Amino acid sequence: MGDVGASAGAAGHAAEAAARRSYGKLVAFLAARTRDVAAAEDALSAAFESALRDWPASGVPASPEAWLLTAARRSMIDAARRRRTHDTAAPDLLLFTELASDEAEQRAIPDDRLLLMFACAHPAIDRSVRAPLMLQTILGFDAASIASAFLVAPAAMGQRLVRAKAKIKQAGIPFRLPDADDLPERLDSVLEAIYASFTEGWSDGAGTDARRRNLAEEGIWLGRLVAALLPMEPEALGLLALMLHAQARRAARRDVNGDYVPLAEQDPQAWDHALIDEAEALLRHASTLGSIGRYQLEAAVQSAHVIRRLTGRADWAAIVQLYDALAALTGSPVVALNRSIAIAELRGAAAGLAALDVLADEPRFVDYQPYWAARAGLLERTGRVTAADDAYRRAIGLEADPAVRRFLQQRRERLPAS
Amino acid sequence: MKYMLMIYASEADESAMKPADIQGLMQAYTAYTEALAKAGALKEGERLRPISDATTVRVRGGKTEVLNGPYAETREQLGGYYVIDVPDLDAALSWAARCPSSSYGTIEVRPVWAM
Repeated sequence: MGDVGASAGAAGHAAEAAARRSYGKLVAFLAARTRDVAAAEDALSAAFESALRDWPASGVPASPEAWLLTAARRSMIDAARRRRTHDTAAPDLLLFTELASDEAEQRAIPDDRLLLMFACAHPAIDRSVRAPLMLQTILGFDAASIASAFLVAPAAMGQRLVRAKAKIKQAGIPFRLPDADDLPERLDSVLEAIYASFTEGWSDGAGTDARRRNLAEEGIWLGRLVAALLPMEPEALGLLALMLHAQARRAARRDVNGDYVPLAEQDPQAWDHALIDEAEALLRHASTLGSIGRYQLEAAVQSAHVIRRLTGRADWAAIVQLYDALAALTGSPVVALNRSIAIAELRGAAAGLAALDVLADEPRFVDYQPYWAARAGLLERTGRVTAADDAYRRAIGLEADPAVRRFLQQRRERLPAS
Repeated sequence: MKYMLMIYASEADESAMKPADIQGLMQAYTAYTEALAKAGALKEGERLRPISDATTVRVRGGKTEVLNGPYAETREQLGGYYVIDVPDLDAALSWAARCPSSSYGTIEVRPVWAM
């Protein structure tokens, strides 16, 4: 939809606003009825083109969403007719019936986005393409933006997306809620893809990149949708709580000068207390549903951090315990890294450093900035200035965000002379 | 949609089964085939003779080559198939999971090319 955004003028803005609001809903509606995601997307982009052509002259319609759906349906039926002229003149009755316009329906277009999400995160779809596929089909991101967010060559990402959509169509991946037996596992893939979208947006710390900021908000939006539709699934609630906790502290991550502020130095008054309260309520409700999981534990860690707004101090004992549980559940080296940092707060920098030393051989940490930044901080606190200086240098070299880089450089510069 | 469930399992392992286990497996297959038929999903299905009975043919440069044995030597061999007609992939996968050989072999689920 880059072309939509590029067009100037009120009609262009109206089309873009409608696109942001309705894109996924319209793709989901059309794809769920034809199982052809690519054709639904093509039809919608044709509809947006018509909108940009027609709206400046005829005015923005009362219901842009209904207008776009009508135009997209017409375009889809035309495309089906063109395909049909080669072999048979018989219209695809099923397609026409499914797509036939219905007045009542247009007033309230059914929301099939959850079904589309389950199709995108189906186990028959390669894991690495599930989040990109959701971002494209539900949120309308183009392959190039997704590719840069996930650090993949645009051509390769485009190809993967095309292949995945063909698989949905050809393999008969359903647009319906999985059976109760399959639901927990299928839901896990959906949640994983939503969280991947959220963290891609979240990594834009300065919040200057509108598209990526949007990605975090859209991740939360998807999380809210899933939590609302599956209110008895504790992990869906846990993921939403986790994202809300992170979002609540978004603004506090930068000071008035745009400099990075680490969590421990953030002013709790700068946090969004309404979001925190919402996250806490979700987590409490999730805990009554009798099944613990990764997202609930991670949200509980956030909760133990922001208890500082009430008590003046993060609950480090609880945080260490929660990371113990997460480490047992996931075996993730990143969890082990965070656990080391929590241990340093609970039992001192030397204990934290000892826990971190255990991870020194983890191959993933060779170019993982948070590991080197944590290491640098703990080395500094234990007075090992030369080693801290080395670790800061590595962390600085691995950081992409200028504000965080500046922060690390300041820390490095204030090290005492060795 | 029509799907073929291709049943791959190790012939060596199957031939090492105890007679009672083989009998149990056969009964399970009879029940499974019946269940498919009663659900209105079954189009066809056959068990295949072992790969020692397989012959492969190809024509290269106008010359017909006939070879003894299967297309490819694999650890598990195609031992049978079902063609089923079900609404979607999830339904096909759930039938594949219930196929008696899925507990020791592998079921490949392939949509049939619609003509």
